[in-house]
This record gives sequence, C-alpha cells and structure tokens, in this order.
Amino acid sequence: MRALLPFITVIVLVLLAIVGVEAANLQFLFGVVIPYAAAAIFLAGVIYKVVSWGRVPVPFRIPTTCGQQKTLPWIKQSRIENPTTSAGVITRMLLEVFLFRSLFRNLKTELREGPQLSYGSDKWLWLAGLSFHWTFLLILIRHLRFFTQNVPIPVQMLEHLDSFLQIGLPLLYITDVIFLAAVTFLLIRRFTIPQVKYISLAADYFPLFLILGIGVSGVLMRYFIKTDVVGVKELTMSLVSFSPAIPKDGPGTIFYVHLFLISALFAYFPFSKLVHMGGVFLSPTRNLANNSRMVRHVNPWNYPVKVHTYEEYENDFREKMKTAGIPVEKE
Amino acid sequence: MYNGGKIILGLAVFAGLVTFPFLYNIGQADRQPDLKLDTPVIRQMAVKHCVEPKAFMRAEHMQLLNDWRNEALRQGNREYVSSTGEKYNISLQNTCLHCHSNKKKFCDECHNYMAVHPYCFDCHLQPKENVQ
Ligand code: HEC
Ligand code: HEC
Ligand code: HEC
Ligand code: HEM
Repeated sequence: MRALLPFITVIVLVLLAIVGVEAANLQFLFGVVIPYAAAAIFLAGVIYKVVSWGRVPVPFRIPTTCGQQKTLPWIKQSRIENPTTSAGVITRMLLEVFLFRSLFRNLKTELREGPQLSYGSDKWLWLAGLSFHWTFLLILIRHLRFFTQNVPIPVQMLEHLDSFLQIGLPLLYITDVIFLAAVTFLLIRRFTIPQVKYISLAADYFPLFLILGIGVSGVLMRYFIKTDVVGVKELTMSLVSFSPAIPKDGPGTIFYVHLFLISALFAYFPFSKLVHMGGVFLSPTRNLANNSRMVRHVNPWNYPVKVHTYEEYENDFREKMKTAGIPVEKE
Repeated sequence: MYNGGKIILGLAVFAGLVTFPFLYNIGQADRQPDLKLDTPVIRQMAVKHCVEPKAFMRAEHMQLLNDWRNEALRQGNREYVSSTGEKYNISLQNTCLHCHSNKKKFCDECHNYMAVHPYCFDCHLQPKENVQ
C-alpha cells in the first residue's frame, strides 16, 4: 500500500501531461509556466531550507566518529575519520560527498541459529547508491547541450566518452544503462529486504518512482519514441533566454511527460528527503572537527546565569556555621 | 545564522550552478539551424520530398540510417521501399548525400546546433562542397 500510492501518483502525473498536451493543448503551461515555477521553487526552497538549518545552534561538537581521536603522541590518530583540523574535516566531507565513505561501512545483520547475531559486509547498497548519484549527475551535465548555445567543450567530451561504445544510432550512453539499473536495484531493495520494507514510507517510494519515470521517459525519447530534438532545443533555449516560445511543430508528447516529471521532482525536492543534497554539508557528525579538548566551545544559547559562590555563601552564614561547629574556610 | 559566512558561500555556489544555463548564454547570439535545400538534385525534383515524410526524417533519420546499415551489410538487401512505395538504393553517400550534397549547409547545421558529431564520416566520403 505504501508503495502503491506513490506509484499511482507518478502514473497520474504522466497521464496529466499526456492529456494536458494531447487533448487540451496546454503546451505553454507544461512547457513554460510549470518548468519556470518548478525551477524557482527549487532554488528558493533549497536556500530557505539551508538557511533555516543554519539558524539552529550546534551547542557542542558531536564526535560520533569511528576512528581514533587525537590523544597521546604515540597513539596514531585517524586524521580523516576523527579530524582535529579544518583540512581533515574538508577531506572527510569531500570523500563523503564524492565517494559515500560512511555508506561504505554498511553492514548486513543476520540472526543465525544459536541464536547468534552476525554481521557481514554489504557493499551493494554503496555501489548502487554511488552509481545512481554519479550517473544522475553526468546525465544532468550532458543535458547542458540543450541549454547552451555553444556547448562547452567539457560537456562535449563527456558526451563522447559516454557514447564511446558506439552501439546503435543514436549512440547508446553508458550512463543511461547504469542509471536505470541502479534505480531499479534501489527500488527492488525496498521491496525484498524485510527490514528495509518495514521502514519504507510513501516518501521513500515516491522519489524512486518519479526518478525511474524520468529515466524511462528520457530513454524512451532518445531510443524508442523519437521526437524532434532540434525543436526541444529551440524550446529550452527560449526558456533560458527568458523569451519563452513553443516552436511551431514542437516536440512530441513524450517530451512534455519527461519535462513534467522533472518539474514535479524539482518542485518536490526542497520539501522531501531529497534535500539531503544540501543537508550533507550541514550534518554535524561530518562537518565538525573533534577538538573539544583543545578549544572551548561556549553554548551559543547560554544566558548570563546568576551564580552564588561558596565564598559568598560562607560570608552569609559564617557565624551560624561556627556556632553549629561546621568547619569554615576563612575565620 | 551560525557559521553564516561558510553557509552563504555554499549557497552562492549552489545558486551559481543552478542558474548557470541562464548566465552562460547572456550575450550569445541565437543561432538556429538554417537548412538549405537548394542542391542540383533537389532543385530538379517536381515535388520536393525526402525518403520519408519530413517530420519522420527530423526525428528518426538516425534510426533509419542504422536500419539501412544493418539491411545493407547484415542482410545484404540494398533496396529500401519507403512508406509511399518508392524504391531507393540503400546508401549513405549515394542516396542521402546525393540529394543533400550540401552537407555543410544541411546535416551539419543541425548537428552543430545540437553538438552531435556523427562518426560516419571517419570512413564514408563527404560530398565535395564549394566553400563560399
Ligand atoms: C533537422 C535537423 C537535422 C538534420 C537536417 C540532420 N540531422 Fe542528423 N541528427 C539530428 C539530431 C538532433 C541528432 C541527435 C539526436 C539525439 O541526440 O537524440 C542527429 C543525429 C544523427 C546521427 C546519429 C549520431 C549520433 O552520434 O547519435 C546521424 C548518423 C545523423 N544524424 C546523420 C545525418 C545525416 C547524414 C544528415 C544529412 C543528410 C542529417 N543527419 C541531417 C538532427 C538533424
Ligand atoms: C530524393 C532526394 C532525397 C533523398 C534521397 C534524401 N533526402 Fe532528405 N530531404 C529531401 C528533401 C527535398 C527534403 C525537404 C522535405 C520537406 O521540406 O518536406 C528533405 C528533408 C530531410 C530532413 C528534414 C529537414 C527539415 O527541414 O527538417 C532530414 C533530416 C533529411 N532529409 C535527411 C535525409 C537522410 C538522412 C537521408 C538518407 C537516408 C535523406 N534525407 C535522403 C530530399 C532527399
Ligand atoms: C569504420 C568505418 C565506417 C564507419 C565509421 C561507418 N561506416 Fe558505414 N560502411 C563502412 C563500410 C566499409 C561499408 C560497406 C560499403 C559497401 O559494402 O558498400 C559501409 C556501408 C554503409 C551503408 C550501406 C552502403 C552504403 O553505400 O552506404 C550504410 C547505410 C552505412 N554504412 C551507414 C553508416 C552510418 C550511418 C555510419 C555512422 C553512424 C557509418 N556507416 C559509419 C564503413 C564505415
Ligand atoms: C532531473 C533531471 C533529468 C534527468 C535525470 C533526465 C534523464 C534523462 C535520461 C536518462 C535520458 C536518456 C538519454 C540521455 O541520457 O541523454 C534523457 C533524455 C532527454 N532529456 Fe532528460 N533528464 C533530466 C532533465 C531534463 C530536462 C530539464 C530536459 C529539458 C527541458 C530534458 C530533456 C531531455 C531530452 C530532450 C532527451 C532526449 C535526448 C535525445 O534524444 O538525445 N531532460 N533524460
């Protein structure tokens, strides 16, 4: 049930785009208004989220790391895992963002006969997650050919590299294959592993179905249900130069399906778990140096506390204490 | 905001990346493909038409060329019957580029616009064109 509703939602989005374009001729709505709105929501929404996180004070260092911290000189510190310097923190963050280092430690847990709890290495999630994110990024960068008049050389080089197998025409992109395979794996994982299935919510399935829908519609458009790609570029170029116009015999319905799903993804992004794109940079266990023993961190929400020291207390009660036979520090 | 400087720097980078397509094209002339059909062969045609209808050709010509290549070289069939029943000799150089002998002003116009570089002409000959 928790997977069915998101699935139906994505199907409805696809149907909306098809009906909107084929029956109601709303090309301008689906090709211009919604994409602009989605881009604005995405940009403003992510900035809003990050700023709202930035306003939350972090009262102390959270060194939940899994390496040896800096201590006595003859004990080797784990400099990346448990850094005390900014350079260490930056290295840890870069490795986290580009290589998903902490996911690499992912384990599978099994209750064996005995009963005995056992842990085993499980790198598939890391591999699929990393492949998915990297191919998504590369596809997005390749798409810049639709958004730039003189396509930057690095984008063209990426395109050549990606299609160097020279399979079929238009040439097969390697990233397309890996992308679809990885998203499918991530989806099947939620269906088949009981523990993961148990904790999966509609908000976990929806982005997966949506992204799978985007990938499938893109692949369909490139290799199967072809559309006029030059018309697509005329439309996208008119969008980025703020003079939107739908080309005369513009691109086919499949393009509007692709675009509508992307608009949905971008508009949904800031309000969903997908903002972890910005969140990873603000996660305290990744971006704080473990230097609690070298630098004094004052809790930012401390207010001035009125203190009454023992000295003042003794001054107040010295005579009474003496009469009661309680030892005092000052006569 | 806590650590405001670093967060604002990060957000500025993010905003720059998101708006890159909008910023990159500022001041670059809009250059849409300008296709020329005035080749000697096409000029002599009574009804100017391609192998298949124009809309089909725009979207599917790469697929068609792939099918042609497979037909000719794998099946040994060098004759193509179009959807309108006309017969064509299956050949990139002798059919497509016989009519479209102005490759630079036709094929390349689109391909440069889209930054696609078909590798066919590593081997296949291109028509000799007078560079104006
Ligand atoms: C209306 C514009 C247009 C014209 C005219 C045109 N092409 Fe294309 N061609 C394209 C587009 C756009 C693509 C890329 C499609 C894609 O990336 O999905 C393409 C791709 C190709 C490809 C596949 C290349 C690859 O790397 O995927 C070949 C081969 C090709 N065209 C051959 C030709 C030939 C030969 C001619 C001239 C007879 C020609 N085209 C004329 C727009 C055009
Ligand atoms: C008999 C001559 C002839 C042959 C052979 C021919 N073409 Fe064409 N082609 C034309 C004409 C004429 C047009 C313009 C059709 C129109 O405007 O309706 C055209 C249009 C096109 C278009 C669409 C251009 C546009 O304005 O959108 C493409 C792409 C194309 N041809 C590619 C090819 C390819 C690839 C081949 C080989 C498979 C080929 N042509 C073979 C004559 C030919
Ligand atoms: C490695 C060199 C090479 C490349 C690259 C190449 N071809 Fe060919 N092609 C050949 C050879 C060799 C033949 C066989 C010629 C013959 O038997 O008539 C051929 C034949 C063909 C034929 C049928 C016969 C004819 O006269 O055209 C087609 C169609 C064709 N190629 C299309 C393509 C297309 C489209 C591309 C680009 C996507 C391409 N080829 C890239 C070498 C190449
Ligand atoms: C979330 C971002 C996006 C993803 C994940 C995505 C995914 C894909 C994939 C996997 C393909 C298959 C071919 C390829 O890899 O190039 C594709 C093709 C395509 N996409 Fe996207 N896409 C995205 C955004 C966009 C946007 C914003 C547009 C334009 C407004 C667009 C327009 C197209 C077009 C026109 C094709 C067909 C390309 C061709 O025929 O060569 N996509 N997309």
